[in-house]
Amino acid sequence: MQALKDADGRVGVGFLDDRISRREFLKFCGRIAVLLGLSETFIPQIAEAIEKTVKNRRPSVIWLEFQDCAGNTESFTRANSPSVGQAVLESISLDYHETLMAAAGHRAEKAREIALEENKGKVIVVVEGSIPTKDNGVYCCIGGKTALQIIKEVEPYALVFVAVGTCAAFGGLPKANPNPTGAVAVEDVVRSKPVINVPGCPANPDVLMGILVHYLVFGRLPDLDAQKRPLFAYGKRIHDTCERRPHFDAGQYVLSFDDYGARQGYCLYKVGCKGPETYNICASWRWNLGASWPVKAGHPCLGCSEKDFWDRFTPFYERIPLISGFGVEGRADQWGKVAVGLAGAGIIGHAIYTGLVRKAEKKAEEIAEQEEKQASESSEG
Amino acid sequence: MARIVVDPITRIEGHLRIEAEVKNGKISKAYSSCTMWRGVERIILGRDPRDAWAFTQRICGVCTTVHAFASIRAVEDALGIDVPPLAQAFRNLIIATQYVHDHTMHFYHLHALDWVNVPNALKADPKKTSELAQQISDWPHSSPGYFKDLKAKLLKFVESGQLGIFANAYWDHPAYKLPPEVNLLAVAHYLEALDWQRHIIRIHAFLGGKNPHPNFLVGGVPMSVNLSSPSVINTEVLSVIKTHVDAAREFVEKVYIPDLLAVASFYKEWARYGAGVGNYLAYGELPEGKTSDIESLFLPRGAILNKDLSKVYDVDPKDPEQVQEAVAHSWYEYKQNKDLLHPFEGETEPKYTGPEPPYDYLNVDGKYSWLKAPRWRGHSMEVGPLARMLVAYAKGHPSVKEKVDFALKKLNVPATALFSTLGRTAARGIETWVVAEYLTDIYDRIISLIKAGNTSTFNNTKWDPKTWPKEAKGFGYMEAPRGALGHWVTIRDGKIAHYQIVVPSTWNGGPRDAKGQPGPYEAALEGTPIHDPEAPLEILRTIHSFDPCMACAAHIYDPSGREIVTVKIR
Repeated sequence: MQALKDADGRVGVGFLDDRISRREFLKFCGRIAVLLGLSETFIPQIAEAIEKTVKNRRPSVIWLEFQDCAGNTESFTRANSPSVGQAVLESISLDYHETLMAAAGHRAEKAREIALEENKGKVIVVVEGSIPTKDNGVYCCIGGKTALQIIKEVEPYALVFVAVGTCAAFGGLPKANPNPTGAVAVEDVVRSKPVINVPGCPANPDVLMGILVHYLVFGRLPDLDAQKRPLFAYGKRIHDTCERRPHFDAGQYVLSFDDYGARQGYCLYKVGCKGPETYNICASWRWNLGASWPVKAGHPCLGCSEKDFWDRFTPFYERIPLISGFGVEGRADQWGKVAVGLAGAGIIGHAIYTGLVRKAEKKAEEIAEQEEKQASESSEG
Repeated sequence: MARIVVDPITRIEGHLRIEAEVKNGKISKAYSSCTMWRGVERIILGRDPRDAWAFTQRICGVCTTVHAFASIRAVEDALGIDVPPLAQAFRNLIIATQYVHDHTMHFYHLHALDWVNVPNALKADPKKTSELAQQISDWPHSSPGYFKDLKAKLLKFVESGQLGIFANAYWDHPAYKLPPEVNLLAVAHYLEALDWQRHIIRIHAFLGGKNPHPNFLVGGVPMSVNLSSPSVINTEVLSVIKTHVDAAREFVEKVYIPDLLAVASFYKEWARYGAGVGNYLAYGELPEGKTSDIESLFLPRGAILNKDLSKVYDVDPKDPEQVQEAVAHSWYEYKQNKDLLHPFEGETEPKYTGPEPPYDYLNVDGKYSWLKAPRWRGHSMEVGPLARMLVAYAKGHPSVKEKVDFALKKLNVPATALFSTLGRTAARGIETWVVAEYLTDIYDRIISLIKAGNTSTFNNTKWDPKTWPKEAKGFGYMEAPRGALGHWVTIRDGKIAHYQIVVPSTWNGGPRDAKGQPGPYEAALEGTPIHDPEAPLEILRTIHSFDPCMACAAHIYDPSGREIVTVKIR
């Protein structure tokens, strides 16, 4: 791949204009490759796709907040890579985001209108929070308009809607019984454009970047499951990627918080873990730059990325109730057997994931070195 | 007379609208309206009280953790549960981290752009910026090359024509007064803080699994300590936490505080505006002993009236005469024929009587907000860092007194400057500094507890609902970064029978009451000069100085559980 140079002849128009950052940029591409479940041979393609976009016009992102808690916005600011600073300055154009934008009032609303007009049909619309429909939607108004009116206004300009967080994806907390405001999910309202659901309370911030890069590299949106969740992040159960899984299989359980089992890191199933019913990437990617995730930190998984978990999975500290088929204890045995099969199929636990990331980063370093060599040769020539 | 509407107020959490009347270039009257409601307290009725923390935590993802702790303390208070000392210390570490993280992000990412002019930073001389940076701090990222690179990056961004979150703001407003070098320095730290916060918040992830929305537990904390296990809190995890504690403190001392003082020195006239109601309330935070031991609070409890620092009143949130809420101008209706109700008796029925959307103006003579109007002994009270620092200062808190006096001296302003927009913003910084030092102390206490063999993190004696009384009532306090937060719970037959939350941004952002007393936002805006009604930057400055959080502020509970009254649209 041809290394790009800026006006001063320096290599790289990645995230920063110097060689070290070019390396960091390629390493980021490596991490994205792993995130999307791609081989490291995709690194140059990912780099090229991002650079092309950055050189021409960064994709316009409009981030709408409705019945939300801004938890997904906060989560977005804690993204692993790139950091939100990099993303906002260099890979996307975040043209409307109430919590982060400088403009306010009608100037803010104007900024949204301008971005929509200038990027008609190409706007990536991120929605955070549910949409109230009861009583004509008076339970959420921005600039004097209801959430419903705003989302309908934006719809014709959108390329895709990304419903980030469980509230936007499935209705979430506002929709929990008795759903006082008639809250609904994005897909209940948006009819003419594709919707991608990125559930979680909050959603893992790196999934958003994964979706964007997937689109830039392959020119299409990632494959989704029946609930419109990208398979690269929601294709596996927490239970099948959990580091405490061997204790489940061995029948070693925490029976009460801070008991002997808790101090050994045993399985949390008997104190209410919803990992067996939850599809998410927490165990592999972890949270907050790989620091930890709920089960590792000793608390049962709440199943926060599942539809209606506030009603279906509560009380949280009770074992998973009967849902269908067999009894709870029977299910536990079944799971044990299923797991053996899955292990053979290749479970990506955190250790394996970290290994893949390291490998991809190493490959990225090699590419960077090659580029630097080429660049110095061409400047000598 | 001009009527200004600012909706949405951006760079806050949630949906806030300000309508203001301007007469002779000054705001004569202001109206604060919250325009979103979810009904969280209604949703948790009939549920397991041990789950309540998870539901209420989702009220807010910016001040994540605060509702969880208030809820857990309310349930523990009702059931008579004391948590082990190590669990209390871990909770204090989480709370202190939250203060440092949230306040710093507020300063740089939510508030700074009211004072810092981003495009103007392009006029800065990198060499002079470096000199300035090195003059005010020994923070290492301060070379001329560092600022040169940043300036180039910023230029490239601006030249792309896609200004993103910086587009269409009030950059040409004459109220921006910082020299280009200070602007460039602040932009550098805006970006550095964005990166720094990702790291220090990992403390929450180690102790609660993730942030936002870490996991907590009634009766203690979910994680165990075992120095002989690779799977739980052990020496390795503790040492990583220590590096983040140190990094948190270093950034506050070397970046946030010097920046705050540098920026403030150019905006001293803002010590004259934005005082507001002049009454301050703090429940207190960081209990060093039992949660119920109010005397052991590191940040003390109390109330101040009419800016009189010579007298601090005792506060008892369970006293039916003290904390009460009014709905005269709120989209709710009381069935009892009373103006004010204490949260234990609190009742709320939503009744939207506002204009049909899309609308241009609210009817501010009638009801105009989803927020209720909380009162303490009938007074409209400001809560938050300024209230906490004033109560602590008046009570002679040594660390607070030392730092407040230092800041006043450095800026060469009298103590009365604290009662203002500038004072509120400075108090937040000072509190961050006080709490950043406390972070080191609480970490050390955790280590000594573990050394002494006090490794229990959970009290399981009342975990089983069979051990609970038939009915129990409890109050849980929490000084959220934005101010005094209270949860009042009634547990009956093992389930939540009644739940009421009075939130900082409801105290600060609530509307008028039956007597027409304005809320703190409304009062603080009165008298503020407005240079250009089309670009009301001044409104943003004062409102942001409170750090509004509207998702927190709007929520209700309906005791009867019956259908919400059909909304009247006019």
